[in-house]
Amino acid sequence: MGQSAHLIWHQDTSIKGMDAIILPGGFSYGDYLRTGAIARFSPIMDAVVEFAGRGGMVLGICNGFQILLEAGLLPGAMLRNRHLSFICEDIYVRVENADTPFTNQCEPGQVLRLPIAHADGNYYTDPVTLSALQANAQIVFRYCDREGHVTSQANPNGSLDNIAGIRNAAGNVLGLMPHPERGAEKVLHNEDGVFIFRSILSALERNKIHQPV
Amino acid sequence: MKAKIFVTLKNGILDPQGRTIQQSLHTLGFSTVEEVRIGKFMELDLNETDITSAENTIKSMCEKLLANTVIEDYRFEILETY
Repeated sequence: MGQSAHLIWHQDTSIKGMDAIILPGGFSYGDYLRTGAIARFSPIMDAVVEFAGRGGMVLGICNGFQILLEAGLLPGAMLRNRHLSFICEDIYVRVENADTPFTNQCEPGQVLRLPIAHADGNYYTDPVTLSALQANAQIVFRYCDREGHVTSQANPNGSLDNIAGIRNAAGNVLGLMPHPERGAEKVLHNEDGVFIFRSILSALERNKIHQPV
Repeated sequence: MKAKIFVTLKNGILDPQGRTIQQSLHTLGFSTVEEVRIGKFMELDLNETDITSAENTIKSMCEKLLANTVIEDYRFEILETY
């Protein structure tokens, strides 16, 4: 996408100069204890939490989402998939909120085909928090069928309210279980994920002066 | 002293592992099993002599790391001699 990106190691303690942080997927620390539970205490996380606190854009994908939950940057927790198995397949999600820095290049209700690959993607939160997520349009993606119908059949893992991705109340932190980066190029036979990265770039461009240094 | 820590899913949260094991037990003829809940058991050796201090330490460990209190409950036992 013509942008420069830098890898930040989990042992690093600074993310100086970054416009946005992406926590990728990938079974960090072997998923010991709970997914994301140990990773959440890696040295870099203090800087990530601080960056998010200053309004910096943070995107957590799959294990990255689980880490954001464990770190308390997003509400809720992940349970084992409803049918206990690891799921690796393309699914569909509906964009429930297209007015976020992560989805502004999507149409409201747009259906994206994205790959998932996880064993613990069964989102759970208490009823009070769920109501708040619904009331504040914090549910950004929900599992749906190809036509965009949110049904229990289209829910791959048993997630509460078909939740595939949520944002925080401030709107600058997003976590989702699907992998947009694994479906963002023609060579991968799926380009839907690119909408999310285009949205992030668009939001950064618009808010340049508000971004933390 | 030694601490035994039990972490289990909160009541009301579906436990698919427990349900699968329950069905398996039924298949084996253990028809009296009404529910199975899967949890984690951790055993810690602590260099502590004061019970109250050990309790506080374990509670803090559970809240921060060993349990996720959004979905899990924890309880523990402390054994002074072993």
